[in-house]
Amino acid sequence: MKILVCISNVPDTTSKINFKENNTQFDTTGVQFVMNPNDEFGLTRAMWFKEKQGASLSVVTVGDASVEPTLRKALAIGADQGYRIDALPTDGFAVAKELAALVKEEGFDLVIAGRESIDYNGGMVPGILASLLDYNYVTNCISLEIDGEQATAIREIDGGKETLTTALPLVIGGQKGLVEESDLRIPNMRGIMMARQKQLHIRAAIGTESLTQDSSYSKPDPKGEVTMVDAQDLDQLISLLHNQAKVL
Amino acid sequence: MSVLIYTETEQGKFKKNAGELASYGVALAKNMGVHSVAIAFHPEDAQALSAYGVDKVLRVSHAELSSFNAKAYASAISQAAKSEAASVVVVSSSADAKYLSPLVAATLQASYAPNVVALPESTTPFVVKRTAFSNKGFAHTTLSAAIKMIGVANNAYGVHENSGSTTVTDFEPSIEASQFSTKTTSVDKVAGKATIADADIVVSAGRGLKGPENWGMIEELASVLGAATACSKPVSDLGWRPHGEHVGQTGKPVATNLYIAIGISGAIQHLAGVSASKVKVVINTDPEAPFFKAADYGIVGDAFEVVPKLIEKLKAFKAANA
Repeated sequence: MKILVCISNVPDTTSKINFKENNTQFDTTGVQFVMNPNDEFGLTRAMWFKEKQGASLSVVTVGDASVEPTLRKALAIGADQGYRIDALPTDGFAVAKELAALVKEEGFDLVIAGRESIDYNGGMVPGILASLLDYNYVTNCISLEIDGEQATAIREIDGGKETLTTALPLVIGGQKGLVEESDLRIPNMRGIMMARQKQLHIRAAIGTESLTQDSSYSKPDPKGEVTMVDAQDLDQLISLLHNQAKVL
Repeated sequence: MSVLIYTETEQGKFKKNAGELASYGVALAKNMGVHSVAIAFHPEDAQALSAYGVDKVLRVSHAELSSFNAKAYASAISQAAKSEAASVVVVSSSADAKYLSPLVAATLQASYAPNVVALPESTTPFVVKRTAFSNKGFAHTTLSAAIKMIGVANNAYGVHENSGSTTVTDFEPSIEASQFSTKTTSVDKVAGKATIADADIVVSAGRGLKGPENWGMIEELASVLGAATACSKPVSDLGWRPHGEHVGQTGKPVATNLYIAIGISGAIQHLAGVSASKVKVVINTDPEAPFFKAADYGIVGDAFEVVPKLIEKLKAFKAANA
């Protein structure tokens, strides 16, 4: 099994979000970039396949050189090799096309991406990628078992979950549950040293047109003042929710 | 030319979000001066969409499409988009819709924007406002391909009734065995229970509850309100509650009418995930909890005292207003 884990380089979840250049660009000043949380679960699950089922494991990010620390972290966690596709990730369609070219060329049969990146929240890269490759596809995936060519996945649905059977080649949109939070791998010193010897291939982009363009950004309106209610006067709360907010 | 609306069904009944989605699609079609066409799989009462002014409903009754299959449904929707010359395809933000949308977008080479919160800001050029950065900001996104695909954010547009006559026609997409290479073998879902995605009210609790054995009162409060239950990330990480209840930036987003947060301090990641909710009530022992700054109504108090009292008061309120 040849596994490719697709990794987004995103602002840390604690980041404050600001825009610059007349609200046409995300302001990265003071923002710490990390591996997209949904992708971390997929990477750890992929490590399990590598260790228990002898899979080879590559990682890829579409981005400029600034994403390399995140790719190096993935190598330190245990991926065998990395790819950086040298293009700015302008939209989901363009990213999926770049990834599809790599998957075709290298013959990966299991591709694990995150269900969505926590920056632009498109949630479309794994699905478009599966469609371009004509691979099977499961997203919101919270459990994945592979037995030969056969795969069993569980996906989260609204109000529950469902079990699916499918087969390689397969694209997964992963999230928490694929492994537990407490099982996430953290690079150790040996891993960090070994990562320096591993190959990080820089691939030229095939170049593709985006189908969407973020013309500008804005922030939510500032929140109004909170109305405090005395804990002894819950009738007032109910009255406010009924008469003022009209939600009861 | 048309706007194609994917109105979801479950066991023959339209899902709750179908009304909102149909309302959105009809309004958009009117703005653009084109027809509104809905596609529905196995609807018992396709005419129900006339309440929102949908011009035409494509009813799919193929036996193999009686339950959701992402690839097969995506193929049918793509075929409908072509046969109806759809310039815009409108879908919801349900888990199923988000599963199949990228497949439809790829097939149609469509510009796809999910999490759209309003009707387009303009249609030439075609610009939509969508949430980004996990609700910490909005992107105003231009969709430049010939076909546009819009994922409407939950509970963002509302239901707008509209009169008009609706024609229902049968639609028979071509089906291939390869569309069923991924199959659902079992579904684990409590029937009839409100879900975080479609509930009008969500009751959510955090580490302030001290342990999973204390969730009885949260369940009861939710039951009195007809609400869904949710929890903060630490609670799901500790295994007190199932992952499916985790709401926040890395869990599920919440866009409900009323969000009641009990014993949740309000970390920035949690606030991002729930900020699309219209009214937020926060109950916390700590008056300095950051969540109060993001709340509409706040109560400083011990959940173990406040919640049981609130349940009694709400029962009385419900009885009086029944």
